[in-house]
Amino acid sequence: METVKVIIDRKELEVPKGTTILEAAKSIGIRIPTLCHMKLEDLNYENNPGSCRICVVEVEGRRNLAPACKTECTEGLVVKTYTSRVMNARRTVMELILSNHPFECLTCSKNGYCELQTIAHDLGIREVRYTGEQSVFPIDRSPSIVRNMNKCIMCRRCETMCNEIQTVGALTAVHRGFEAAVSTAFEKDMTGSTCSYCGQCVSICPVNALSGRNNQQEVLNALADPDKIVIVQTAPAVRAALGRDFGFEPGTLVTGKMVSALRYLGFDYVFDTDFAADLTIMEEGTELLHRLSDYLKGDKEVKIPLMTSCCPGWVSFVEQHYPDLSSHLSTAKSPQQMFGAIAKNYFAENLGVARDKIVVVSVMPCLAKKYEASRPEFAVDGNPDVDISIYTRELARLIRYANINFEELPDSDFDRPLGESTGAAIIFGTTGGVIEAACRTAYELYTGKRLEQIDIEELRGLEGIRSATIDFNGLPLKIGIAHGLGNARKLIEEVRNGTSPYHAIEIMACPGGCIGGGGQPFHKGNMKVLRKRASALYQADRDKTIRRSHENPYIIQLYKEYLGEPCGALSHKLLHTHYFDRKEIVGILDETKNEE
Amino acid sequence: METLCLSQSKITKIHDICEGYNNDSAELINILHATQGTFGFLPAEVQEVIASRLDIPVSKVYGVVTFYSFFTMTPNGKYPISVCLGTACYVRGAEKVLEELERQLDIKVGETTNDGLFSLDCLRCVGACGLAPVISIAGKVYGRVSPDKVKKILSEYYYQE
Repeated sequence: METVKVIIDRKELEVPKGTTILEAAKSIGIRIPTLCHMKLEDLNYENNPGSCRICVVEVEGRRNLAPACKTECTEGLVVKTYTSRVMNARRTVMELILSNHPFECLTCSKNGYCELQTIAHDLGIREVRYTGEQSVFPIDRSPSIVRNMNKCIMCRRCETMCNEIQTVGALTAVHRGFEAAVSTAFEKDMTGSTCSYCGQCVSICPVNALSGRNNQQEVLNALADPDKIVIVQTAPAVRAALGRDFGFEPGTLVTGKMVSALRYLGFDYVFDTDFAADLTIMEEGTELLHRLSDYLKGDKEVKIPLMTSCCPGWVSFVEQHYPDLSSHLSTAKSPQQMFGAIAKNYFAENLGVARDKIVVVSVMPCLAKKYEASRPEFAVDGNPDVDISIYTRELARLIRYANINFEELPDSDFDRPLGESTGAAIIFGTTGGVIEAACRTAYELYTGKRLEQIDIEELRGLEGIRSATIDFNGLPLKIGIAHGLGNARKLIEEVRNGTSPYHAIEIMACPGGCIGGGGQPFHKGNMKVLRKRASALYQADRDKTIRRSHENPYIIQLYKEYLGEPCGALSHKLLHTHYFDRKEIVGILDETKNEE
Repeated sequence: METLCLSQSKITKIHDICEGYNNDSAELINILHATQGTFGFLPAEVQEVIASRLDIPVSKVYGVVTFYSFFTMTPNGKYPISVCLGTACYVRGAEKVLEELERQLDIKVGETTNDGLFSLDCLRCVGACGLAPVISIAGKVYGRVSPDKVKKILSEYYYQE
């Protein structure tokens, strides 16, 4: 590889030709500030519009300041990153950006996590010398995401995320100049767009132009209501990330402290979505075996590959873009919704109370789960199975709100019965985990043999698209895995073309799976953080005595006492769902009616 | 889920235009240009058909349509009016003429009158600076226009109707 020698802030270094000044500086620990640049290393994606102009530096021999993100290193380049000329330019640019940004930091939910705030602080901005007209855009509130373009700085990271990485195509820059904003087609609300609510735009927004819907107050109201029994369920990925907001190292498992905090907050029962994940495996695993057996008998109608349905962002994506293939989705509800259905039926009956006495709160790493919980098919007479869904960052805020010293909390255990789970359920939180858990159970149910190698390493990793063949006693079960909707699109296109080689496909909408969900503490595209969260979940799996979903004693009891058998009549009623065609198409007008 | 409708003949016409550019999404601007040339404007349903033909998100099409002032989502009037706001016209009072047109027609720049007769746009210099201020209506150029002449000019067209 051809390299060039450059000098940055009096430090000499050698970098591959083509490296930008920004990257070269970063490699020797010089952090040139930028608002628009975003590089997601492992995903091979870069947002680099060169639009914010905060990263300007002085290059010897050049008349104008150069944007570090757009200027490539050439032999002998001499760069200075903090001369007074550079700092004056940066401050001016910053003040101009701030002149059209609301000064609401104290009441803004991004307070303390905002990149604009941090850079303003680092640059020592104490006043904004420019005043003038400010943008006034209406605030768009969907069930999952809030879009407040008055706070947008037009870095266009969200546009890159939505179009290039997720290929959802909901967000785009519209108009130009002062009227420019990130919006949807025809500037509809997000509910009228192709948004899948994956929330990845929220994850990478440097400011608070895109944020998660806030439902903390509803949780507090429910907890304060003496007539309600308030149940909480926590998703697997939450425990590997929540600690980050309290100063723990990335990937620290804080399961015990989280349970203590939830109990302290006043939840009557602290249960685990992992229980429902085990239940999902029973249903989805059985469904896979049913479809496989029909398929092997030569049934041409059976929909193979079976695609997982745990991820609501993915389900929305299929409904919006591939409704013709929705019959490939497993009909099994997601763990969140299975939990809600079991809590409001089985558990309510056991307690001897009506379902509307119970409030089910879910803590999810996800923004799309809010939308999922609000889907009308998941309610009985208007009473939803999951009443309120909050995400990891909201839980962290609730913990602070309740004056809980999280760091000092003792560990405690989930309540029984809906808090008991296996190692198979915990790995649901990372890409490849759902299908690994399903394989552990399906293998044993199909072959009648014990699965010796329980850690199925070939299904793990953070590559965008992975595949593996698992030997089911002579039947080579072909598995495809994708995370990130852009990768998922590649696998589903193969299904559409009839070239998909797989029997089963696992999809998670967010890069890394739920550990990188839109509701998690911000990882800012740092894949190392995601790796640590993933290994934490695999460690938690290894630490469990029971690591196969079908061996969860409370799952066995649930089928014995209540459900009957997996994919049986009652299971179908409570634990399975159906999908809708949400694709917008232009209809053909009947010209004889002559009205257009 | 159908929310928008378009006649089959128009859909075919749009498909033909896209076909002429090999359904290549890199030709989006040319395709929009040709489509607007055919229909006079680019309503939402037309953008949807183009997007689906080129296999790109409709948001992207809409982003391009709103970025370039040439593209419009509202139909032009039967007699499109362009007011020159180039330097020469501007200093000789084109803005006053524009205000008078807005007042007489009761529309703003970029809009079309309810009866569909007139639409109003601005441009920069038609190359007739000697006649400043200049307006053009349906291709016919009027020079040395002053606000008090606006009503009379418009009445020519009302008379034709």
